[in-house]
Amino acid sequence: MSAQKSAPHELDKAFAAPELVCPAGTPAALRAAVDAGADAVYCGLTNATNARNFPGLNFSVQALEASIPYARERGTKVLLAVNSFATAPGSAMWREAVDIGARLKVDAIIVADIGVAQYASETHPDLRLHLSVQAGASSPEAIRFYCQEFGVKRVVLPRILTVPEISAIHREIPCEIEAFVFGNIGMMSEGRCSLTNYVTGLSTNMDGICSPASEVKYAEDEKGNLSAKLGNYEIDCFEKGESAGYPTICKGRYLTPARKEAYYAFEEPISLNLSSLLPELIKAGVTAFKIEGRQRSRSYVKSVVSAYRAAVDNIMEGNEPDLSTLISLTEGGKQTQGAFKSKKWR
Amino acid sequence: MLKQSNTYTNHPAAEKTTRVPKLIGIALAPVPLVLIQPVLARLVRDIATRRSELFERLGPHTKTFFMIDVDELPFVLRLLPDPKGPKLTAHRRRENIEFGASISGPFMTLFTIIDGNSDSDAMFFSRDIRIGGNTEAAVCLRNAMDDLEGSIIDDVLDIGGVAFAPLRLVMAHLRSKENTI
Repeated sequence: MSAQKSAPHELDKAFAAPELVCPAGTPAALRAAVDAGADAVYCGLTNATNARNFPGLNFSVQALEASIPYARERGTKVLLAVNSFATAPGSAMWREAVDIGARLKVDAIIVADIGVAQYASETHPDLRLHLSVQAGASSPEAIRFYCQEFGVKRVVLPRILTVPEISAIHREIPCEIEAFVFGNIGMMSEGRCSLTNYVTGLSTNMDGICSPASEVKYAEDEKGNLSAKLGNYEIDCFEKGESAGYPTICKGRYLTPARKEAYYAFEEPISLNLSSLLPELIKAGVTAFKIEGRQRSRSYVKSVVSAYRAAVDNIMEGNEPDLSTLISLTEGGKQTQGAFKSKKWR
Repeated sequence: MLKQSNTYTNHPAAEKTTRVPKLIGIALAPVPLVLIQPVLARLVRDIATRRSELFERLGPHTKTFFMIDVDELPFVLRLLPDPKGPKLTAHRRRENIEFGASISGPFMTLFTIIDGNSDSDAMFFSRDIRIGGNTEAAVCLRNAMDDLEGSIIDDVLDIGGVAFAPLRLVMAHLRSKENTI
């Protein structure tokens, strides 16, 4: 990837380089992210305390403890996501996750639940807290509440805001802003989506799992058409040669009497890619760029983090980033700037 | 909105690399499976010993049979990743073997995924690889393999010793092609 000579996105020298926050679903992915130039990696424990509680994924306490030095020695921060919602009577698991993060001296805990945030701020007052996108805090009032009550130092904004709206919020809050720049883009109602729960009985927000793989069935017919089911519901059917997707309800194609053909009722299978908006985001006050994808492979992490590392460095040097190679890693081979560019993005 | 244009299989280099797996398939076709089974049994036993961390991420799926169907090979493989009694056996496609989850695709695509140089999700979305049966088991196996330091292919070559010297050359050749992609 090479930087072009033109400098259309000149940034004032006053802007600091944003932190590149990268996903790590396994120790191998953590090492891949660190080696590819991540400023910070975020990960979760192997239980329901994080919103990517997928089978075979995440870190045991021992694996996290063993992985932190690898990141630290290379100047990379480690953030622990404890960002699902604690449920009675099992909330001890969330408190224990916070305690583990504090004991291992992670650089920050990413929280969504106010009970977890309260416990962390009271029990470990020196532990830095970031507010997860799962908290769905998208107004200055909501963000200030978390800052004042729990000492939150950074908010991860929901993906429902335009760049000018982010800029306006930035002027009214006392904390840093982290924004997603690449990866899966879902239902614009983070922390409040109950679609998976409706079909499978498992909650994205409380069990940490959206469209559990145990409920997913793929079946290809003799013509090469691929059916994707979640539970008893067919979420999509892909013709031979057509790009497939994971059957999340919000990205399914559905038949209704009102339409002749199946259509995407909520969202399309598509990935967020804000490569061309990075300078505007920096100017709007975003100090950390987040790459989604703890559930993806180390190869994916390496490719995306390398590309974004080069892009951020190019921008800070006044050059144009080239992220055209990332299209092959997007969901369904499609990308969007989502609501960041316009509320009418669909 | 852009359409995907750079999947593994439509890359010019991929055209060249598919010749070698095809030749491997042709060479293996007349070999009786009874001669292959002891080699597979030893490989899976030794890898289970070397890579004990693999089983942790599999959870309950150490008891799941995985069918691995490499397009170019004249047989399919059935894997039971049980740390107490791992099994890897070869079967003709006409056999009606039972399995919990299946993973299939072209040799080079699966090779690059196992080597950690290709994203299995992207390969699945682009329909380069196929999975069937228990999706959770397939996801667990993917995550377990993906977390291994280095490549399990190197373990296989190492375990094979001198007898696998020709295979080592073939893999080095394929990796040189892989790096051009």
